[in-house]
Amino acid sequence: MKPLLHVEDLNAFYGDLQALFGVDFSVGEGECIAVIGSNGAGKSTLLRSVTGLHRGRSAKRLSLAGAEISQRAASEIVAMGMTLVPEGRRLFSSLTVEENLTIGRSAGRAGYWNLSRIYELFPTLLELGGRPVTKLSGGQQQMVAMGRALMTNPNLLLCDEISLGLAPVVVKGIYDNFARVRGQGTAVIIVEQDIGRALSVADRIICLRKGAVMLSGAPASFTRNQIAEAYFGVEGE
Amino acid sequence: MASGADVIVQGILLGGLYALFAMGLSLVFGVMRLVNLAHGDFIVAAAFAAFCVVSVLPIHPFLAIAAVVPFMAGLGYLIQLGLFNRLLGKDPLRPLLVTFGVSVVLQNALLMTFSADTRRLSAGSIETQSVDVGSVTIGVYPAVVFAMALAVTMALQWIFYSTALGQRLRATSDDPEIVGLVGVDHLRVFAIASAIAFAVIGIAGVLMAIRGNFDPFMGPARLLVAFEAVIIGGLGNFWGTLVGGIVIGLAQSIGAAIDPAYQTIAGHIVFFAVLLLRPDGLFPKVAHQ
Repeated sequence: MKPLLHVEDLNAFYGDLQALFGVDFSVGEGECIAVIGSNGAGKSTLLRSVTGLHRGRSAKRLSLAGAEISQRAASEIVAMGMTLVPEGRRLFSSLTVEENLTIGRSAGRAGYWNLSRIYELFPTLLELGGRPVTKLSGGQQQMVAMGRALMTNPNLLLCDEISLGLAPVVVKGIYDNFARVRGQGTAVIIVEQDIGRALSVADRIICLRKGAVMLSGAPASFTRNQIAEAYFGVEGE
Repeated sequence: MASGADVIVQGILLGGLYALFAMGLSLVFGVMRLVNLAHGDFIVAAAFAAFCVVSVLPIHPFLAIAAVVPFMAGLGYLIQLGLFNRLLGKDPLRPLLVTFGVSVVLQNALLMTFSADTRRLSAGSIETQSVDVGSVTIGVYPAVVFAMALAVTMALQWIFYSTALGQRLRATSDDPEIVGLVGVDHLRVFAIASAIAFAVIGIAGVLMAIRGNFDPFMGPARLLVAFEAVIIGGLGNFWGTLVGGIVIGLAQSIGAAIDPAYQTIAGHIVFFAVLLLRPDGLFPKVAHQ
């Protein structure tokens, strides 16, 4: 599979504190990767580092579709085809639902996703277009956050803890939509604490612990014990 | 002695000029949370820029706006990209210190270039023309300035709430980090916001230069009035800023009617009262259409 994102020896820092240690991985076109790990393992830092939001990082190689991106700003990386649905949704509070979605056009990328297709994907939002996003439920806000990211027409979509704080039925609805997103050839990286859900959608998993990759490969190639040991650092029962 | 209605009308019209002083400050603070202590000095610099234009070209001072506004907008864009963007971050003291330094440098540069002499642009008979509306006499020039303030407020409101640029400006104001994830470069948006603010500064500077005398050291007093108008109106709210300017204008006008010595202090007292009673201003939230 042709690598879309290639990460080699990625290290990330918060001042003197090192949060990622020599992380290597790659993502192929249309592939779905789940990044798992406990709190503080470095999952969000990993996503923020590759998307350019976190600039305190170094890498031997950080490339998207063959182009080096380590010196690029987040806005430039989005224009090259990679974006992130951030943890906590982080919608633009002074914008309406529709404005939050259409601002995704700023990336200047043509593609499958437009406003009407986002409304097809999330029909609930159709009735809410003129509302301030602050008036929406958590699940509706998550749909807007995903829609906003899709409006940039990414080749690679990163999702950080999208199930956090949402009802299971809402989470199921959002995950069901991944099939359609991937159907357009979009690769996906999911950071998820719900291991079961992550394993169910991912082609490969990467388990982080204390900022380093403990385990990487197809979910079926690992036993529960191996995953538990990588996740917690102790052998599972 | 002026009638009560006269005092109120003059106060409202004066408030238009104060609102123009404040509008750029409100915009810059609203979008990037930057407090520019050199704001008043840039207004004075714009007045001197208009002075240069009418000295070189035989045109009416009003027409100097056509040259000063793009010049100031360009200056604002470049100064934001080259200097102010580097100051934004977690430490709120840096922009305060640096823009204070810019204020001092600007005042002295204007002093060296133009001397300490007071200047004024003559707009001809419009300065003294008035219209009687019932028992109230309305000066034509103050009315023009007020109309300009109204037009600027409406234009800013339109830009912010009816254009794609406004969408980006508001989104950047909400979360300058996350706009990057939709392909918006927040530093460039800040530069555009600064260009718009400096364009308004250009308008305010030219109109101020026609209305009264100016010299290189009157910037801090303009800044003070601008601050008070912005805070009275509510931070980052254009209609609120217009109202804030009018409130100060009214207070000064009423103060002057009681005793001319009270004019300036009356504005400060009303500002202080608003700060005590409504610390977030009269219109605390950013206005939505």
